[in-house]
Amino acid sequence: MSDHGNALLDKPQVSGPLPSAPALTRRRLPRWTPLAVALVSIGLGVGAGSLAGWESRTQWGLIAALLFVVITYAVTSLVEDRRQARDRVATSVIWVCFVLAVVPLVSLAWTTVSRGAKLLDGYFLSHSMGGMTNLEEGGGVYHALLGTLEQVGLATLIAAPVGLLTAVYLVEYGRGRLARAVTFFVDVMTGIPSIVAGLFVLAFWNLGLGFGPSGFAGSMALAILMMPVVVRSTEEMLKLVPNELREASLALGVPKWRTILKVVIPTSIGGIATGVMLAVARITGETAPVMLLVFGNTLINPNPFSGAQESLPLYVWNQYKLGNAASIDRAWAGALTLIAFVMLLNLVARGIARWKAPKAGGR
Amino acid sequence: METTSTSAQAPPPADPADGRSATATAPVKGKAVRPGDKVFRGLSRGSGITLLVIMAAIAAFLAYRASIAVSKNSVNFLTAFEWNPQGDPPAFGIGVLAFGTVVSSLIAMVIAVPVAVGIALFVSHYAPRRLAAPLAYVIDLLAAVPSIIYGLWGALFLVPYLDGLTRWLDQFLGWTTVFEMSNPGSPARSIFTVGILLAIMVLPIITNVSREVFLQAPKMYEEAALALGATRWETIRTSVLPFGRSGIISASMLGLGRALGETMAVATVLSPGFLFSWHILDPGSGTFAQNIAAKFNEADDFGRDALIASGLVLFVITLLVNGAARWIIARRKEYSGANA
Repeated sequence: MSDHGNALLDKPQVSGPLPSAPALTRRRLPRWTPLAVALVSIGLGVGAGSLAGWESRTQWGLIAALLFVVITYAVTSLVEDRRQARDRVATSVIWVCFVLAVVPLVSLAWTTVSRGAKLLDGYFLSHSMGGMTNLEEGGGVYHALLGTLEQVGLATLIAAPVGLLTAVYLVEYGRGRLARAVTFFVDVMTGIPSIVAGLFVLAFWNLGLGFGPSGFAGSMALAILMMPVVVRSTEEMLKLVPNELREASLALGVPKWRTILKVVIPTSIGGIATGVMLAVARITGETAPVMLLVFGNTLINPNPFSGAQESLPLYVWNQYKLGNAASIDRAWAGALTLIAFVMLLNLVARGIARWKAPKAGGR
Repeated sequence: METTSTSAQAPPPADPADGRSATATAPVKGKAVRPGDKVFRGLSRGSGITLLVIMAAIAAFLAYRASIAVSKNSVNFLTAFEWNPQGDPPAFGIGVLAFGTVVSSLIAMVIAVPVAVGIALFVSHYAPRRLAAPLAYVIDLLAAVPSIIYGLWGALFLVPYLDGLTRWLDQFLGWTTVFEMSNPGSPARSIFTVGILLAIMVLPIITNVSREVFLQAPKMYEEAALALGATRWETIRTSVLPFGRSGIISASMLGLGRALGETMAVATVLSPGFLFSWHILDPGSGTFAQNIAAKFNEADDFGRDALIASGLVLFVITLLVNGAARWIIARRKEYSGANA
């Protein structure tokens, strides 16, 4: 490394004064070049596509993108140099990546909203599927909404305290092997596929203890999925609480448990609430464990502890499986209800995070 | 721990006449033995242990039910290409499922990782400042879209849309066997489509984690590279990407973990089948999770045990993948992948 540097430094001395002062600026392409190249390549892409008679607009786009990259490289390496050309190609590839990703995601959002809005109204939200034949139009999502709220609420009641206390343990008490084991297994638990959590509760609760399907069984599986998320986020938030606060409280003779309850947790309560709500949002959309354990029901069953229930994601899946025009419409409307619910939770959670953010927070 | 250290280092109260310090001076000798502390400590420790117990219970119950099923199996569980637990004798194997799971996840990774790295770079280094923050926010939100909605969109929108592409692939790349369609014109409910859908699903996750790593790349390296006259791409290649490599790897592994265990998006798109074939454009394959979802309703208790056995394999695979990801993250202490 140092040899290399010296060689660079020595060079001017060896070669003596340069024959002619090098230009400080190089030849550069004008600023509008990318736009011009884009227009040309789109024109060529559309031209080639329509001449060859290809129907797929995606194909036209791909050809245009390819042309754009090639033309940019050629023009830049002619006018500027190879390094600049490579830089421009990299820039355009990264833009293409961005566009590539945005297209399906926008399409997903647009399709859900436009097709779901057709059926989504007060009637849809306030009626169940009771007494309906599969092909009939109408019906609603009330029973599923109720089921989802109950199952997710129960799961939160189980998972939030356990997750919170575990995080407190890891941050405030945890030392040694137990804490390391808990940390590791929380990480591992984050990655459990939802269907495996469902299978576990099935093996334990339904096959092992002989209970039938119920909302509560689903809640247990959802709680397993929720716990590690709550632990992770709460842990991060508790770590953000400055140590000076703890020390000040302890120095005043306050017991440790009161320090945690009255100083540490209130300081980070915004972040903790955000984490819990994001976890709730995550489990609300889980379909697989609910399908195994809650089973689905077309009637309103307000009791989560006995009998099959419905839930929003399960409703979408069941209506999709029926496969006729009316049920597909209902599936989209259910999907829109679900996505609206999840997004609302997300937005509120992030709102809380911004509102109550500790000074050290934020990236 | 903090209690003891603070009380040990604290100077002795200067004025014992101050009535309040009387309680504080008393327990200085040993560890704090307040009952409240004991209860609270016990509670929080208990929750930690509860988590461990749950993990152990998951492994134990799945293994127990799986052993019931596998012991009565008449064919090799790991290599057989059929699923018939109702038969006499019962015969079921995960050959096709393992193949479908691995292939669909691999397709997803091949598509998603480069694109996600591109988007992450776009957000962290290319996008105009005003665009970057809202973009990161939207990507965060997209990671929260439930998988059943991806599935619905995939089945009703993506599948018909991909018909053209699959026919084109068959026409021009059919000679590779992999892209050959036995029955051109059949709907694109194949493992290939599943791979594309999974790629779209894991994109936000991989992007988020990679973006965080890229933002943590030392600014000084980048400035040094720029000062030496490097172009923007050279700066990224020489200072950002080497720094973020392990972050990209672990992000991809996290995405892979999700792709492997995805149920609903696969179940809606794929038309299942138990024929083993290298033709990834043909309908008729399966993944672990999809098979469980599809076969569950018609299965009796023994059939459920068989499904649990396949779930156990999935559990072990995802454990290995996630464990590897965490290990890579842990090797780099500077980057906390905790939010992943």
